[in-house]
Amino acid sequence: MPNPSTRTDRATGQPRAHESATKHVSGQATYVDDIVEPRGCLYAAVGYSSIARGHIRTLDLSGVLASEGVVDLLELADVPGHTDIGPVFPGDPLLTSDEIRYVGQPIFAVAATTELQARRSVKHAVIEYEAKAPLLDVTHALKELAFVRPSHRMQRGDARSEIEDAPLKLEAEQHLGGQEHFYLEGQATLAVPGEDGGMLVYCSTQHPSEVQKLVAEVLNVPANRITVDMRRMGGGFGGKETQAAPWACLAALLASKSGRAVKLRLPRCDDMPMTGKRHPFYNRYRIGFDLLGRLLGAEITVTGNCGHSPDLSDAIVDRAMFHADNAYFIPAVSIDGHRCMTNTVSHTAFRGFGGPQGMMIIERAMDDIARTVGRDPLDVRKLNLYGGPGRDLTPYHQQVEHNLLPELIEQLEISSDYRQRREEIRQWNRSNPVLRRGLALTPVKFGISFTVQHLNQAGALLHIYTDGSIQLNHGGTEMGQGLHTKVVQIVAETLSVAPEQIQVTATRTDKVPNTSPTAASSGTDLNGQAARNAAIELKQRISQCIAEQKGEEIDTVRFYKGRVYWSDSDSISFAEAAQLAYMNRVSLSATGYYRTPKIWYDREHARGRPFFYFANGAAVSEVVIDTLTGEYRVLAVDILHDVGRSLNPGVDIGQIEGGFIQGMGWLTTEDLKWNAEGQLISNSPANYKIPAISDTPPRFKVALFKRDNAEATIYNSKAVGEPPFMLAISVWSALRDAISSLSDYRISPDLDTPATPERVLRAVMRTREARSQKGGEP
Amino acid sequence: MIRFLFNEQEFTLDECSPELTILEYLRTVLVRRGTKEGCASGDCGACTVVVAEPDGERLRYSTLNSCITFVGTLHGKLLLTVEHLQSSGQLHPVQQAMVDLHGSQCGFCTPGFIMSMFALYKSIDSPSRSDIERALAGNLCRCTGYRPIIDAALSLAGRGGQDGFSSHEALIGARLRKIREDHPSGSLQLGDHRFFVPASSDELAAQLQAYPGAQMVAGGTDLALSVTQQLEQPKVLIYTGAVAELNAISETEGSLLVGGAVSYTRLEPFLQKHYPEFGHLLDRLGSLQIRNQGTLAGNVANASPIGDTPPVLLALGAKLHLRSGNRCQVIGIDDFFTGYRQTALPENGFIEQIEIPLQPEQLLKVFKVSKRLDDDISAVCAAFSLRLEQGIVTEARLGFGGMAATPARALNAEKALIGQPFTERGIEAAQQALGQDFSPIDDVRATAEYRLLVARNLLLRAVLEQDQRYASQPLEVVQYA
Repeated sequence: MPNPSTRTDRATGQPRAHESATKHVSGQATYVDDIVEPRGCLYAAVGYSSIARGHIRTLDLSGVLASEGVVDLLELADVPGHTDIGPVFPGDPLLTSDEIRYVGQPIFAVAATTELQARRSVKHAVIEYEAKAPLLDVTHALKELAFVRPSHRMQRGDARSEIEDAPLKLEAEQHLGGQEHFYLEGQATLAVPGEDGGMLVYCSTQHPSEVQKLVAEVLNVPANRITVDMRRMGGGFGGKETQAAPWACLAALLASKSGRAVKLRLPRCDDMPMTGKRHPFYNRYRIGFDLLGRLLGAEITVTGNCGHSPDLSDAIVDRAMFHADNAYFIPAVSIDGHRCMTNTVSHTAFRGFGGPQGMMIIERAMDDIARTVGRDPLDVRKLNLYGGPGRDLTPYHQQVEHNLLPELIEQLEISSDYRQRREEIRQWNRSNPVLRRGLALTPVKFGISFTVQHLNQAGALLHIYTDGSIQLNHGGTEMGQGLHTKVVQIVAETLSVAPEQIQVTATRTDKVPNTSPTAASSGTDLNGQAARNAAIELKQRISQCIAEQKGEEIDTVRFYKGRVYWSDSDSISFAEAAQLAYMNRVSLSATGYYRTPKIWYDREHARGRPFFYFANGAAVSEVVIDTLTGEYRVLAVDILHDVGRSLNPGVDIGQIEGGFIQGMGWLTTEDLKWNAEGQLISNSPANYKIPAISDTPPRFKVALFKRDNAEATIYNSKAVGEPPFMLAISVWSALRDAISSLSDYRISPDLDTPATPERVLRAVMRTREARSQKGGEP
Repeated sequence: MIRFLFNEQEFTLDECSPELTILEYLRTVLVRRGTKEGCASGDCGACTVVVAEPDGERLRYSTLNSCITFVGTLHGKLLLTVEHLQSSGQLHPVQQAMVDLHGSQCGFCTPGFIMSMFALYKSIDSPSRSDIERALAGNLCRCTGYRPIIDAALSLAGRGGQDGFSSHEALIGARLRKIREDHPSGSLQLGDHRFFVPASSDELAAQLQAYPGAQMVAGGTDLALSVTQQLEQPKVLIYTGAVAELNAISETEGSLLVGGAVSYTRLEPFLQKHYPEFGHLLDRLGSLQIRNQGTLAGNVANASPIGDTPPVLLALGAKLHLRSGNRCQVIGIDDFFTGYRQTALPENGFIEQIEIPLQPEQLLKVFKVSKRLDDDISAVCAAFSLRLEQGIVTEARLGFGGMAATPARALNAEKALIGQPFTERGIEAAQQALGQDFSPIDDVRATAEYRLLVARNLLLRAVLEQDQRYASQPLEVVQYA
């Protein structure tokens, strides 16, 4: 047997293809809507409110019931159990018979023989409302103190007096748009009734345990009667963390009432108006800084537009606050977070979970400072990074350890030719009559761990069968991020077997109970460790057995490349080892469990260590804008990102690229619009534009920063799901840079997001006006 | 009845709801669920399938959005879905490339991408990056950021489209031709609902007379939305795609005659030849899936104020050859759009041909402004046809979309241009006059203020693009695409 210290059999670190890739490309990967329905299955559709605020005066569903193919109907009064399905705090009624709080609020659900019949029948509902003027503007809500949850403050030092005493001061505000998840697979559930009031629920959800709990509660049965099964989602991005549950509950209730299987799949035209989105934010800063551009103090306010109910907004606005410093040390700081109520769908988790909205305000400040002191924004950013004596404490008093951003930025600055390009662009901008180019480098420092403590735990269940094949189950859900691929690699490495020997099964609440949502980028950190712990346990049992059988010390037993050795020359195959263990009555099934160490947080005093570690990265983006129309292209993007020791570089680069493009969409073309009545008018992909293939920059270079995580994470890797999303702030900053060039970089233009061509053109016009008022040169 | 091939198997349909889409048919009738529904509105491409038709000795493979294509349109064609691509248990080269290069994450959009890449593989041997972008602009992916998909498509260069289908193309072509010979036209029915596939202009004219109120499927990429989004159940649908006369394109002295069923994809090379600016606009009209189905006549008859081709046809002064029953007439496009989605099309009439004058001495400028480059609806679309003599404007026709309730000319601005030099100064009055020509509206795509400002600025862009001083410089961001 080779020396274990030079082992070449590491399964992690390889760019293995996604475990379902072959199934994806051949149409064999099964999503909830693809499951062949049980006989007699009914199809459900949901009737929802067309007004944003008021009451139902009369509700006449006789036409619905009489409609062709309709078999059953569900109203609020038919719900045997809980009727509020708020995930953390109450406020999310499953159905309403009275008060209306947003357009798209479910009023009834119907089950019919075909999906089209169900959808057509909904149109026969006659609903009269007593409508009130909706509250839609977040600044009005802030003035009226219309909050879904109490406000919260973090502070360190006396920001006010530091700003007062600073040589230079600025204040500014920004509005940031929300974002539709646009998972390609819409919300979908298939509920199959079983014995004892139980239900098997196939649901496209990031949080099977919560769906299980809520279905049990609405049906008024114990949780042990409900099983949720989730093989894969066609995209989640946070949009299936809490937003999958209402449809699962409605399908289960209809299934229970009718005694038949019920499928409820939201067509896109219902999914977009009925499900929550990324929170729009309204942010402000007041800062003081020195003549070099070094921050001395900052007062920051972040205000989330939460929609009608709390949902996850407490934690989302907290995370915005935790990231309002991004990568920068602020000597004296206060950060206020507000959670405003408006009459729209309840905004919810979306990749970054408030972090991107928080970072945007400090990144705006960096550019604004640079224009004020006349320096390159990159120099101002570098000057303000965490690092150096006494400059390592966040506004929530966590020490920034293992800070690698200064070095990472230095590398990227060189590899991207930032300085030469900056000079070339300055020259070029003087010569073109219409177009302007812009360049920006922005960093990301993103805290990894759920800020809600108890969620930082995970479980796994591992079986070894007597033929040596392995079945792996854990609490995480696969939404395309490659979680199962990585966890298979982790188990393969732990047992030193081929990844092909391991079959991952659907995530099921009857295999691993009480799981956390697959969210907060934590899927692999938590579930990978839990699965590894299960594998270590089984390895230990098999080793013990072989040691006993072969009369050797347990320490001599080694697993290597699919074989088990008890001396340099004696070995049996892994399958034979499994068979031997079975014959000797050793259990080949184990659970694994993991909880994140070191973290604690005292929210009352806004102080602690909410994050186990930080994931870092930086991006350089170059854009060109058209000063006649505001149209633009992203020309080049260079990214250097920190994933610790990569478990799978293929998967990790995919997360970085995909996250970046999704972030770019949020900040550029993805324009959510509600009309004055509170109806979502960007309600289809015809008028809500996520990035398409030509938006991918012609030059798109992504590299991994090579350094193991200093914390003891799973094989010293780092989480990668969310952090790259915020690298796209560089695109927004580059757009502002291009606009600022019209003032010879003296004016720092307002540019709310999404920075649509229309907003860019407006900023161009205002910059030109301001320049001519200042009497500057062109 | 209609007859078509589903891979190698021949299917015959007779009693079937006329508004049944190919996607519904695949997923609910055949229970073939590899093809996904992402939006049911032709915007995301998850439902992309390929149809093939005989083209000489070979087959021509085209993608379409199965969610907005009626099953009756398959008459005489071969339908291929993602399940058909493997051959003797081996992945197709496009499938293997996507696996090898990490081209799928959640996998839900993947079958659609695979089908678009397959059609590209069968059409262009070594596609450039812009060929790939054109082929895949109608497929949305929310996970990957597209880079690995582009790399997968690039990696397939130089294989000559060879795959498991190559050897039986001649045979399949012969089977399809036989179907068309045996049954040039087709129909479907369910109760008193009908779907017709007429084979001649006379047959089409007669069916329109016999079923007043019947709706024509001239591509149907907008019409189908009434079925998939508003859940309407139209009684009679008549598909123009198999009408021989309407599929003709001819170039005569001084004009291009485009049959009423000619798809954008077939039209594009003709436009590239005569009016490259118009040709480039087609690259940004919908997606390839839409352009494979959609027709110029459909875009005109649909009379949407945000259709992309009417502004150009207005600028070029196109003529429409209309037919109702046996009566034919020719009208200028200026007289066609009578109100919001209202036209001068006679009752039970249809567009036989669109006549585009060929005036090589005219200067044509076409601009489309939208939030997204690919597959987006214009905030403003503008087409300027000008004659300049010694730098002075002597003729001007300015067509606009997105500025009024119909596609419309800017008559005041045209007047203000005549006799003026085509310079920044010379267009100032015309820019002002656009304010009299149009009172655009605020909507989800843009504000009225933006539309008017952009319309004015596009005139300026046309001037700058004619300015020799800037001849070597890019002046549009699309030049970077």
